Amino acid sequence: MAYSDKVVDHYNNPRNVGSLDKGQDDVGTGLVGAPECGDVMKLQIQVDDRSGVIEDAKFKTFGCGSAIASSSLATEWVKGKTVDEALEIKNTDIVKELSLPPVKIHCSVLAEDAIKAAISDWKAKHPAEASAETAG
Amino acid sequence: MAMSNRPIYMDNQATTPVDPRVLEAMLPYFGERFVNAASRNHQFGWDAEEAVDNARKQVAALINAHPKEIVFTSGATESDNLALKGVAEMYGQKGDHIITCVTEHKAIIDSAKHLEKQGVRVTFLPVERNGLIDLDDLERAITDKTILISIMTANNEVGVVQDIREIGRIARERGVLFHTDAVQAVGKIPFDVQAMNVDIASLSAHKMYGPKGVGALYVRRRNPRVLLTPIIDGGGHERGMRSGTLNVPGIVGFGRAAELSMNELEDESRRLGALRDRLLARLREKLDEIYINGDMERRIPGNLNISFAYVEGESLLMGIDDVAVSSGSACTSASLEPSYVLKALGVGEDLAHTSIRFGLGRFNTEDEVDYVADKVTGTVQRLRELSPLYEMVKEGIDLSTVNWTAD
Ligand SMILES: Cc1ncc(COP(=O)(O)O)c(C=O)c1O
Ligand code: FES
Repeated sequence: MAYSDKVVDHYNNPRNVGSLDKGQDDVGTGLVGAPECGDVMKLQIQVDDRSGVIEDAKFKTFGCGSAIASSSLATEWVKGKTVDEALEIKNTDIVKELSLPPVKIHCSVLAEDAIKAAISDWKAKHPAEASAETAG
Repeated sequence: MAMSNRPIYMDNQATTPVDPRVLEAMLPYFGERFVNAASRNHQFGWDAEEAVDNARKQVAALINAHPKEIVFTSGATESDNLALKGVAEMYGQKGDHIITCVTEHKAIIDSAKHLEKQGVRVTFLPVERNGLIDLDDLERAITDKTILISIMTANNEVGVVQDIREIGRIARERGVLFHTDAVQAVGKIPFDVQAMNVDIASLSAHKMYGPKGVGALYVRRRNPRVLLTPIIDGGGHERGMRSGTLNVPGIVGFGRAAELSMNELEDESRRLGALRDRLLARLREKLDEIYINGDMERRIPGNLNISFAYVEGESLLMGIDDVAVSSGSACTSASLEPSYVLKALGVGEDLAHTSIRFGLGRFNTEDEVDYVADKVTGTVQRLRELSPLYEMVKEGIDLSTVNWTAD
């Protein structure tokens, strides 16, 4: 498998590796995939309650280099966005940015799922803001 | 370190580099000695025939066979096909049942499946956790319709060596022909068709430092005399079992490779066993939760198959990109399915995804082993820092209780 330079860069220098305290009120955690499938991503966001802006993001990934790169890129992209803007990120954007070959598309899908899962976890903790966001 | 700019080849169960001494033996046969070994009417043809006969002797000697029992083929894939299909067709009157095993190479499994479609009944014996078949299972599977038992000698992924002598004894006792895919064993461990009662055996040159695209099928000539229906028809070469102008340079190389393996087997297997143990010891020094796949005692000396829990295999390969090894992870395979061999051993899919096969060979050195062990250790440590699974386990979470979102 030949990897694109960007995949190699994220693999060698993954951005935002680590964990946030999932018990904290302003943290949303997404855990997607399964060990039996060979890929598990944990993506966490820390959201400013008033603005809905994602101030910090962290990830840990068990998976191939493309899965690691996809989740690393996802944390970079969500930072600074509002949760609603972050929901706009599509796996196809990740595929394009990292030049992923067809067999690696599911790794990018997982990254999109991880963003969505983290946001819905945060929203579950903030029913009021969440509905205000979607209403506005 | 000087070697860091040259990739290290440690995938010798996939293929082996051609030994320079083998190449030297082959070269003249690409040039001035170009002639068809079947041209019996001139000196050139005799030379080529003599070269092939010499190679036949060399290959036969390695497995204690008679030269006339060696049928040259294009490789072990063809040999495996010829063994199964050739027996099924030749002995179809006698019976319609074949016994093989779930961890065989695809050349056997798919040949067997092909025969199933034509009405042959096939028993795929399971293996135990250590990768070996249960001989009682084998005995029970034999019926009066069984015409062939095909069990590989050494497995290409986990290196485990079946009890060929016992299987041969059982087959002989029950009057069933016994074929073994001996590709990974011949030249690596002692292999003797007489002592082991083997009737048919597949060999491949490129797994023993010879060229690719040439192999052989050993076909017993007496007690019992084995006959095979050819799968390639034509000019009747190789006692009618395999037509086609012989690949003279390839066969000459195969012969030389067999001769070298025979002369060096004892020293080489001792040396490779020591390198393998050194690799394992060095990995274990700094890494917890690494699991060996397959029996450690009954194994060819150059093989080590390890699962590095919580680190996906392809990402590990990416981190050791100056080392050539292979992985049973689904992510590295075109089918996105993890290794069926590991699955058959009962290795969970989670651990199958983390497996790496190290295949040590003739040209690996102690320095290379140390370099690889250290590089793997560093990469596993780095990737475990990145692994949500490792983190969860360290927090005391039992991964089997987590509600995963399967895709
Ligand atoms: C056990 C086993 N059988 C058969 C084969 C096929 O051999 P060849 O590459 O010569 O067709 C291989 C090698 O891939 C093997 O490892
Ligand atoms: S995680 Fe398996 S292919 Fe990417």
